[in-house]
This record gives sequence, structure tokens and C-alpha cells, in this order.
Amino acid sequence: MSHLGPGKASTSVNGKDQILPAIGGPGGGGGSSSSSGGALRYPSNGKTIYHRPLNRSKTSELSQASFAYLFSEMVSYAQRRVTGIQELEKRLNLQGHPIGLKLLDLLLIREPPRSQTRPLNIITLLHFIKINLWMHLFGRQADRLEKSSDAATPDEYMIIDNEPLVNAYISVPKEMSQLNCAAFVAGIIEGVCDGAVFPARVTAHSVGGKEEGEMWPGKTVFLVKFQPEVLEREALIGKG
Amino acid sequence: MTIFALIIINKAGGLIYHRTFHEGGLQKISTNDYLVLAGTFHGVHAITARLNPLGNHNTNRLSSSSSAGIRPDPPSGLEVLESENFRMQCFTTMTGIKFLLFSDTTQTNVDIIMRRVYEMYTDYVMKNPFYQLEMPVRCDLFDRKLLSYIREMNSR
Repeated sequence: MSHLGPGKASTSVNGKDQILPAIGGPGGGGGSSSSSGGALRYPSNGKTIYHRPLNRSKTSELSQASFAYLFSEMVSYAQRRVTGIQELEKRLNLQGHPIGLKLLDLLLIREPPRSQTRPLNIITLLHFIKINLWMHLFGRQADRLEKSSDAATPDEYMIIDNEPLVNAYISVPKEMSQLNCAAFVAGIIEGVCDGAVFPARVTAHSVGGKEEGEMWPGKTVFLVKFQPEVLEREALIGKG
Repeated sequence: MTIFALIIINKAGGLIYHRTFHEGGLQKISTNDYLVLAGTFHGVHAITARLNPLGNHNTNRLSSSSSAGIRPDPPSGLEVLESENFRMQCFTTMTGIKFLLFSDTTQTNVDIIMRRVYEMYTDYVMKNPFYQLEMPVRCDLFDRKLLSYIREMNSR
């Protein structure tokens, strides 16, 4: 907003929209395309992406090719000035996190009014991710949902995708074999968990190419590790 | 009907990919020889592109200048080379990358196979963030998809 002149910003202070002064405020009538020569330009009728109905793009689809090129550039971008694979995965995770935070709200508001509440326990949250989030992002459900069988780690859950869409065209070179670019999707999941107040760490692991993985070479496990306080709360709710 | 081998040459004449699908169809040569072969073919292809029986670019442009300035296709150079034992098809992309497909002489639909190979190249090589342009192709997915496609073609 700094590019707007002080005079313009002050006109909207008495108005309602203090957050988006350029949209609601200055021009008043129709032709209010920003003439201040700034980087942001608004359409002449003042309608921005925020004015569009939330449900309009519900069923629309995007080209997979354009996503593949975009994602490829995102990976290349994250790869710059990183020292190791872990740092690269961390960056991809960070790129996905805000998407997850926003998608939680969007997907909940698109639910029928009766079930618009946010998930209140771990299982409903994970089902929400497996079904609603996956349907919205990839057009199908995740393949499996598992709880860690190890008694030492009751806080770990696994969401399994046999062939993640983001990895459809990506072959990871041998020297980076631990890398899985689905760390981006892990970031989205983490965002959803954090947004629903179930703080967790989510990581993506490739398991294809091993024993039963032959059929799905790109098989990926998203390991969701909840913070201890989440389990503590879960236990209290269970008692109550 | 058998596909023997595929070679991909970058626009500078360097070999970036070679794979044999069928043993015995072609003589086995070393990787070094493949590099020489790619370089040589690149030169020959450049020469054949200039050997255009329809005359050079200038006359083409003059004759077509009246017809709404439609630019004629640039001469494509060598496209097919056939011998007693094999047939070689060359496909040059808009960006100057050459795909050479070696098959036996009875192979049909080479154009379609070439198209499909090019499609796989654009999908699994060009959309891969770890591939550097003009460098040798080392993409697992490309290998896997190509092999299964050619195997299916060869077993028909």
C-alpha cells in the first residue's frame, strides 16, 4: 500500500474498508483504475479477486502441464542457495504452508452449513485431509490412512499417496535420493493441521522401489507427527 | 517389426541420450563411438539441410512474397535413411533437438512412435526441475516410460 499517495489513503480512513483502500475508497464511481503509477493495477470496474464468489471456481480444473512447469520452477527456486536436501525440503514445506492455512478456511466454508465446523479430533482432521483436501487439490482421495503401529510413537499418523500429482514428471537424481518434492504437499498438510490448531510436523518420504513398492514407484508417505499437547488434549476429550 | 535404438542429439551436436531396445539388430558400439556418431550425423544433417533441390531461401521468399507473406518451411535436412538392414528416421524439433529412431525396414507408423517419444521427452525431461538444458538426459521416469512403450511396440 506504500505506493499510494498519502491523500488517497486518508480518504478511506473514515470509510469502512481500511484494509483495501484502493478498491473501496478513492474513485467512488466506476473508473477508478489506480493512476498513481504504482505496481498494482486494478480493473476499471474495481472488481478484484476478492469480489468473486468463493464457490465459482469450485469445480473448475487447471492444466496439469502448466502446473508441472510452475512447480518445476518452484523447485528450482527453492534449490538456489541451499546447502542440503533437508534445507531444500524445508523450503518446499514453507512454500506449501500458507496454502494449507487458507485452504482449511475455504474448504470449510464450502461444506454444507451443518458440517461447517472445523475438525475437533485427530481422526476427523485426518479424514478431512484425506478426502476433502485431496479431492480439492488432486481430484481424488488419498490412497490410505494409517496409524503408526509402533507403540513408542503414538503421535505419528501416515497419509499414503501412491502417485503424488506433484511428482508426476519429476525424477530425482541419484545423488539426492532422499529428496521427495512432495515436501510441498507435506507443507500444505502442515498448514491445515496448524490452522485447525493441531500443531504438527509433516514430512514426505518415498517408499516406492522397495518390496511391495514395485507397482507404485512414486509411492509417498506423508508422516504426520503431532505435538505432545495435541495428544494430551485428545486424551482429555476421550475421558470427558 | 522392431525398434532397435533411440538417440537424442542436442542442438550443438552433442549426444544427450542413447538407448538400445533390441539386441542383435544393430552392431554394438562403445559410448565413445556413439558420441562420434552423433557429432558426425549433426554435420551431415547440416549439410543436407543446405542441399535443397527447390532452390535456396531467397528465391522462395521472392516467389511467395505475393501470397500474403507466408513463410515457407525451412529446409529440414535428412529425414529418413534406409539400408538393407535398418531404417533410420530423424525428427528435428523446433528447438533444434534431433531424435534418431532406428528400426527394421518393415516397421510401420514410425511417425506416430516418434511423436510419442517426443511427447515423453517434453513430459519427463523438460518438466523435470533437475534436468539442465543441453546436458545428458538422466531421468528415471523417462527411461521407464520409454522402455515400457517401446517394449509394447516391439511385442506386437
